[in-house]
Amino acid sequence: MRDIFTLSLIASTIRLSTPLVLAALGGLFSERSGVINIALEGKMLAGAFTAAAVTHAAETSLGMGAASPWVGLLAGMLAGLFIAAIYALSCIKFKADQVVSGAAINILMLGMPGLLSGAFFLSSGSTPQIPKDHLLPQSPVVIAITILALVAAIWYVVYKTPFGLRLRSVGENPEAADAAGVSVSRIRYSGVLLAGVLAGIGGAYLSIGQSSLFTRNMTAGRGFIALAALIFGKWRPVQTLLACLLFGFTEAVSIQMQGVFKPFGKDIPVQFVQMVPYVLTIVVLAGFIGVSRPPRALGIPYQKEK
Amino acid sequence: MLELRNITKRFGGVLANDRVDIVVKPGTIHAIVGENGAGKSTAMRIAYGFYTADSGEIIVDGQPRDIKSPHDAIALGIGMVHQHFMLVETMTVAENIVLGAEPGTSLGLDLKSAGAQIRQLSEEFKLAVNPNEPIEHLSVGQQQRVELLKALYRHARLLILDEPTAVLTPLEVEEFFVILRRMREQGKTVIIITHKLSEVLAISDEVTVMRDGKVVGRVQTKDTNAAELARLMVGREVLLRVEKTDAEAGRPQLEVRNLSITDINGTKRVDGVSFEVRSGEIVGIAGVEGNGQTELIEALAGLIDPERISGEINFEGKNLNALGARVRRELGIAHIPEDRHRRGLLLDFTLAENSILGVHYRPPVTAMAGGVFLDENAVQRRASEIIQAFDVRPPNAALPARALSGGNQQKLIIGREYRVDPKLLLVSQPTRGVDIGAIEFIHRQLVGLRDNGCAILLVSAELEEVTSLSDRLLIFHDGRIAGEVNPKVATLEEIGLLMTRGH
Amino acid sequence: MTKLARELLFPLIAVVAAFIVGGVLILLVGDNPIVAYRLLLGSALSWPDGIGYTLFHATPLIFTGLAVLVGFRCGLFNIGAEGQLYIAAFATAWVGITLANRGSWLLIPLCFAAAILTGAFWGAIPGVLKAKFGSHEVINTIMLNFIAIALVSYFTQYHYKVPGDPILQTAPIGPGAYIPHLGRFVPGFPERIPLNIAFILALLCCLLVYLFLWRTKWGYEIRATGSNPFAAQYGGISIRKQIILAMSVSGALAGMVAINEVLGNRHRYYDGFSDNYGFTGIAVALLGRNHPVGVILAALLFAALQHGGIYVDGFSEHVTKDIVQVLQGVIILFVAAEGFFKWALGRRLPWNV
Repeated sequence: MRDIFTLSLIASTIRLSTPLVLAALGGLFSERSGVINIALEGKMLAGAFTAAAVTHAAETSLGMGAASPWVGLLAGMLAGLFIAAIYALSCIKFKADQVVSGAAINILMLGMPGLLSGAFFLSSGSTPQIPKDHLLPQSPVVIAITILALVAAIWYVVYKTPFGLRLRSVGENPEAADAAGVSVSRIRYSGVLLAGVLAGIGGAYLSIGQSSLFTRNMTAGRGFIALAALIFGKWRPVQTLLACLLFGFTEAVSIQMQGVFKPFGKDIPVQFVQMVPYVLTIVVLAGFIGVSRPPRALGIPYQKEK
Repeated sequence: MLELRNITKRFGGVLANDRVDIVVKPGTIHAIVGENGAGKSTAMRIAYGFYTADSGEIIVDGQPRDIKSPHDAIALGIGMVHQHFMLVETMTVAENIVLGAEPGTSLGLDLKSAGAQIRQLSEEFKLAVNPNEPIEHLSVGQQQRVELLKALYRHARLLILDEPTAVLTPLEVEEFFVILRRMREQGKTVIIITHKLSEVLAISDEVTVMRDGKVVGRVQTKDTNAAELARLMVGREVLLRVEKTDAEAGRPQLEVRNLSITDINGTKRVDGVSFEVRSGEIVGIAGVEGNGQTELIEALAGLIDPERISGEINFEGKNLNALGARVRRELGIAHIPEDRHRRGLLLDFTLAENSILGVHYRPPVTAMAGGVFLDENAVQRRASEIIQAFDVRPPNAALPARALSGGNQQKLIIGREYRVDPKLLLVSQPTRGVDIGAIEFIHRQLVGLRDNGCAILLVSAELEEVTSLSDRLLIFHDGRIAGEVNPKVATLEEIGLLMTRGH
Repeated sequence: MTKLARELLFPLIAVVAAFIVGGVLILLVGDNPIVAYRLLLGSALSWPDGIGYTLFHATPLIFTGLAVLVGFRCGLFNIGAEGQLYIAAFATAWVGITLANRGSWLLIPLCFAAAILTGAFWGAIPGVLKAKFGSHEVINTIMLNFIAIALVSYFTQYHYKVPGDPILQTAPIGPGAYIPHLGRFVPGFPERIPLNIAFILALLCCLLVYLFLWRTKWGYEIRATGSNPFAAQYGGISIRKQIILAMSVSGALAGMVAINEVLGNRHRYYDGFSDNYGFTGIAVALLGRNHPVGVILAALLFAALQHGGIYVDGFSEHVTKDIVQVLQGVIILFVAAEGFFKWALGRRLPWNV
């Protein structure tokens, strides 16, 4: 039983955490620049759908074979970018309320994939299945290394580059950044677009990495769990990664445990495990586990006084 | 080195700068003095590119220049340290200094060389800081040094400092002067914007005095003295003198004993103040804004967290410290706030709805259905009474408060507070932004209220208003009462000196 | 331009613009927008089914729209209507099951109370968290949504399901808790259509919310807090109390969806019964300009779209019912970007908008 627990559990954790990490780190760029991002869910859906659709098109109509999933991945990134651009325009240029715009994007993306898949694939929201050898790499080791490298890279960018410095300053005190000559809106656009790209990759991984097609509402709230992980991780890259691993782990454990681990002679209901990330986030946000300070300018559109 | 020629700037209806001419010679410490609202900050922000002037020229080193943003100003060698520090608290000293001008490539922030350069500047200008310390751990004096280093790091040749000593302790002020002298030695030009005359006399070479958006004087520091500067700063034609009989003061309504108030950052804003206000008298508080008057009034009205207050506030013998704003109103304390848009009005609500703010939860306003429903008739009645009595225009209670001019908004607020027939009235800047005719009316109303036995505490930055209305006059400086004068005999100079020098 | 016309103008523009965008998308997928829209909206207007179902779907949207509205008026963003209605629905079913043998005169008021109080409780939680700890209600309500759904699903699956029933739903409630369909009272209107007296209740709530917010002292304090908390504090209002009150009322309103669904439709708790009522409530409140009358109109529009979506799905070649959500999302985006519209129009129209 121990073997079952450890190796496959680790593999599951890695698989389940990956989309969370990608989306959460994307959210980090956006929120660190001061733009609340509850639209991670929508961006992931965009990425997931587009990646699956394009991969399928690439391998059937364009005969790209093994290169298809990479084309799909690229398409997923671009889809996330596109949705993020709409979100960015709405929040930054039109100064619309960020939460409202985010909710709008999420609702929009509930419907878009279905609409498009109905048109192109004559299905009710799913894309056709993609053969196993045309998916993204499956090996947990490869994925783990990629993710760790990504986190390291992001950590470096946020803390060790001028861009990261400006990003953090815009999220904490946009007036100070402005006074120092930094373009607040340009940084915020960058943050939101990066969020879109990363969330798009996260979604793509869901549809053409972890599974082999896109199904309706595939993300099932992962975008919100990613947001929860970001808050739980206090908007810091490494801690967010740990939070995502924790949440992925709890999900993996609950699946493993079904039928195996029975405290009090009963299965632990899956719902209780599902609740863990959310309860933890509320607790952290209320300040019960250390101080949780979001970027100070989070959610406030920046108005220049001229 | 820097010249502002004929600069004019309007904000909405207010003329902040009116054909302002300022000439600053290189290698000098130049002071720009004036009361709040005189236009000094506006002029300097134009020079730094935060605002663009409506007309006029900026001339740097003899060449007219177009400064459209701080970026342009920095490129010309102009640096500015603002009154409210523009620092990112969670980042370190070094990170704040290099923000926007980061060394290294876009792939790698070279904080090491930044640190070296900062240390070098530190040495040169005697600005001791630890580059790796986060801002939130620094004292205010240290934060100011970081701001100075920010400007110096960008090779500023001219430094504009806005109210630099506002938040410093006397010891820190001395250290600050040492730094300024060092900068002058190193060939930098410094402009300080301030209203503290003692400092101007101690450190500057030349002084430009501004008042009401205009430049009213330009002198060499060694040729002038505090009295002359004070007169230039505050003196104006006495326009209005309210006709009033002598006060018949009764027993004390408000007693303040050893009151101290700290702000959110822990800085003391009011320091051990004691005074009393009796019924039937107007006690005035004069002083340049920012010396603690705002905090005092807000604390008396019950709008400041009791944790930040020490000392006693007693009303009719009862201690108010733990009581909230609503209870204080019920006891008979009314408040005309300094910031009418922020505190005094619900701008999107109608005049009628604004007229009941503060009494909206009790009869007669809630006469219907057991005190839950608002009695529309009662509300309308109250609104029209106030509108008529105070000549609020346009006299339409259904308009949103936003639609009224500043003066009419103020009249509505004053009418609303009068209407509750208070025993103690706290008033702050009652006629700011109000036209002449209304000012006279408001003054007469205040005196009338006093004659009916109300105790009035009046804070005003308008000297002639506060001298003509008050029966007793306290001067506030640096959170303390610098002195009490008899407003009937005290001269403007005497008052001005107390206001700006503290003794 | 009269005030009423001005208030209606922007939502109207947003809707029209959204339909244009939707039309382009329909073209892209290969169908005729005119045909699609005629199906979409036309089916909502048929008698009796179209109108009946539209009004039935509008009922929960009115409740959630009102819920979001009350929150907004206090400056709060209640995204938690979804969780609040789920918990209320389960609680209502629980009362209906546990006391199944009682008579209507007792059972129905108790069920009503269950719906309202449970919703209020779930809404008060983020209110208290904000009032006491300052934590933002947006995140907390989103989290509580998921927690509510998980909790309720657990209870249903493990304790209240009829054994052997493959569908995740509870046992039925006692017949004493059933509330009548409107078909019983309206001649010519079939009783099979689930439109029930909860719809009347919803309209009543619009009136009550209006009276509450604009005619009572409590509503005055809530609106003042939302309009300018500094001035409200100056006027002696306790901001903390208002936050908790507004969130509780908001939650209670969302909870009333349970009455329509559990007492008037399926007569049990059915997992996943809510077709995004909570989120759509946000759109309804925004489109309705945060006013009860606007909420009714917006709810009718969205309900019509929802009902029409099924027809479009079945009868058109390429367009699926997802077009409804696309339209909803675009409408909200346009409403949110109202500032831009005001600016763009202001430059072109001769009169002062």
